[in-house]
Amino acid sequence: MKFLCLECDEQMQFAERQQPGDGTFAAAFRCPRCGRSVALLANPMETQLVGSLGVKIGGRTLDAQPMETVRGAIRGRENAFIDEGMGEGGRGKGPLPTWSPDAQERLDRVPGFVRGMVKRIYADYARDRGIGSITPEIMDRARVDLGLEGM
Amino acid sequence: MSFRTYRDVAGADGSGIAEQVGAQRAKVLQRLRSVRRVVAVMSGKGGVGKSYVTAELARAAASRWPSRVGVLDADLRSPTVARLLEATTGKALVVAEQGVHPAIGAGGVRIMSTEFLLESGRPLAWREPDAEQFVWRGALEAAVLREFLGDVQWGDLELLLVDLPPGADGVADLFTLVPQLTGALAITLPTEESRRSVARALSAARAAGITLLGVIENMAGYCCEDCGRSAAVFPGQAGAELVAEFGIPLLARIPLLPAGQPLADGEWGRVLEAMP
Repeated sequence: MKFLCLECDEQMQFAERQQPGDGTFAAAFRCPRCGRSVALLANPMETQLVGSLGVKIGGRTLDAQPMETVRGAIRGRENAFIDEGMGEGGRGKGPLPTWSPDAQERLDRVPGFVRGMVKRIYADYARDRGIGSITPEIMDRARVDLGLEGM
Repeated sequence: MSFRTYRDVAGADGSGIAEQVGAQRAKVLQRLRSVRRVVAVMSGKGGVGKSYVTAELARAAASRWPSRVGVLDADLRSPTVARLLEATTGKALVVAEQGVHPAIGAGGVRIMSTEFLLESGRPLAWREPDAEQFVWRGALEAAVLREFLGDVQWGDLELLLVDLPPGADGVADLFTLVPQLTGALAITLPTEESRRSVARALSAARAAGITLLGVIENMAGYCCEDCGRSAAVFPGQAGAELVAEFGIPLLARIPLLPAGQPLADGEWGRVLEAMP
């Protein structure tokens, strides 16, 4: 999809995306000439349709994880997957971070089917930035930085 | 007010969707680069023993190519091939950076199936709300098939069998993801009803440009354990008629056998020989 600023006859550029709630997907586009912004608001059905393709509007900031759609979409056994890279062999560069109780509690609310994948994403984010302890604030920051809406 | 078309606006698509879909396809191609043959096993209808044929063919292939045979169970809603190949179904699948390790079944056959993901006896269900599922379910199922193809560490295989769900359109979906598809095998019962259904599936496959490798007629008679005589169980000659209609070989006629009695040597071998 492309957004055209009619005033400037200029193609608008993707700025940011959010999932503010109730299944709505929001993507903001900005005109590079006049700075005018518009927001695309997709209803839950449209949001799901795009999500079903395994793509992120505006592009990805993080490589797709193996079986990302399967793990995120199928309601299956809690322990259907285990992640091989949860130890020192993960993707991140620094030492393995610790998890604050609040962050751990929040992680525990993630469905077990996909929890390992989510944990690795946050852990790699922290390791790459030299963050020793993952807190809910770090998780929020990672969501924004990595475009992890819904995690 | 008049608008320019999408293509008239020269800039890149801000959504990035086309690039991501392209990357997904490239990932499947890259993954299957080490797989010599990808063969779809299809039928026009359910209940013809497609998964049974897939499993037995995989066993025979594994005798020929030990540890170099895979089975992808694309029948997401009714997965059976993993159990037919005696794979352990309650064990967790290991996810590595390079992809998910497949389960291992009889003869070292590498298997991926929703059977490994679902609670025993529970149907395939999605996390999303049940309402309006028809809008996105097809896209999601295609995404699962894509990840089963591209995100599994299949390794170097001589043969990857894809057990498709019943129906005529699954093979075309597979061909979209795997343009290097070796071809399709069609499984039928001897009956006229089965012939009609399989003919539709074969027509759809041919229209999509897919190579038709041949027909296997399953449950083609019963062989008496005591006297050894064979008798028809179902009326009809669907196998022979499909062969004549589509100009493709009848690769095997599989009889119903007494429990535990294997198929005659060479029957599956002839099917394997038909795969280029």
